Amino acid sequence: MTGEAAHSAGEDLACIRGERLLFEHLSFALGPGEALMLTGANGSGKTSFLRLVAGLLRPAAGRILWRGRAIGDDIEAYHSAVHFAGHLDAVKPVLTVAENVGFWSRLRAGDGAQVPTALAHFGLAALAEMPARFLSAGQRRRVGLARLLAAPAALWLLDEPTVSLDSGAVAALETAIADHRRQGGLVIAATHAALALPDAQTLAFGTDVSP
Amino acid sequence: MTGFGHIVRRDLELALRRANDTIAVVLFFVLAIVLFPLGVGPELSLLARIAAGTIWVAALLAAMLSLDRLFQADFEDGSLDLLVLAPVPLELVVLAKCLAHWLTTGVPLIVVAPLLAVLMNMDWRGFATLEIAMLLGTPVLSLIGAIGAALTVGARRGGVLVPLLVLPLMTPVLIFGVSAVEASLTGLGPRPHLMILGGMLLGALFLSPWAAAAGLRLALE
Repeated sequence: MTGEAAHSAGEDLACIRGERLLFEHLSFALGPGEALMLTGANGSGKTSFLRLVAGLLRPAAGRILWRGRAIGDDIEAYHSAVHFAGHLDAVKPVLTVAENVGFWSRLRAGDGAQVPTALAHFGLAALAEMPARFLSAGQRRRVGLARLLAAPAALWLLDEPTVSLDSGAVAALETAIADHRRQGGLVIAATHAALALPDAQTLAFGTDVSP
Repeated sequence: MTGFGHIVRRDLELALRRANDTIAVVLFFVLAIVLFPLGVGPELSLLARIAAGTIWVAALLAAMLSLDRLFQADFEDGSLDLLVLAPVPLELVVLAKCLAHWLTTGVPLIVVAPLLAVLMNMDWRGFATLEIAMLLGTPVLSLIGAIGAALTVGARRGGVLVPLLVLPLMTPVLIFGVSAVEASLTGLGPRPHLMILGGMLLGALFLSPWAAAAGLRLALE
């Protein structure tokens, strides 16, 4: 988080998936340390919104800004500032826990120096040398989340991060998010379960924007 | 090490731990050619005449066998999203994956090809040309294949579509690969054919990362 303060915004966004209008005229603005919670029923567009902000989808209308500039202007700089944790954990079963996290850490940050701390934070230190195919669903999810800490990025996009986590792991995630926000990081999270995000803005997604 | 190197290393590591995929490709290559003398009969002059052609056809089909997993595995477990979001140009990611694919499928084929050439009673004067032609041609198969694999990522039964998409683009490699060997056997010299293969390699190196990256971006939309 160097240079200007991190700032993420969307202006008048619309998203169409499979000829269905998911949402339109949607705007948001997040400053350093702020969080945005996405709520709404299944299929209301929370995941699409996160993929839109990540730059994986292109909005049907509107634009997404990072530090005041459209993200398409310098997509690689934007990508190096964004962590995306989706439904899938991107965990390779034949690699060990440490190798899985280490690869993404080195790809994004150049060295794997933060891998041990990231694993320890999510209680994975003892499993570091275990091939990931032996992990439970909750442990795999924690490996996915450990990537957030293994390489720094200013904006975290979390899609249902608490799925299959036990209460201890949810608490660990909450501390990680709180630390991240204290350092000026931004968080956008879609969640059904109770994930404590103090002073978060909320964005409610309706189910039927158009029939 | 750059992002490119990290991705190559990871894909090689994955291929090493799942050696079955590589073994299956080599086994297919060997079996297809071993069956030929049984099918067409043990007449040595006939085998020698079709040796280069059968080796190249088998190599092309063997390379295609492994193509549908090139991006599909990463797509299914969510890694592809993260590779697109990595601070590395997607074109370089594609190139890295092609290099790893070639090292794990193309190179083993090049290594076993001389043994199969002996089996097919190929004239020894063709061996060196066959190896050089395969060295130039098999990376083209990986690179062109990546375009097909990227376009069919996420499509159910994509494995059936890939050969249809990429075979027409791969036939020039086959034609010039075979004619290089034949030219060296007839004493005409394989140089022009090898140069054309080299040109195809340069063209594919330059064009296919862009095409495949565009296909991947579309697939993730």
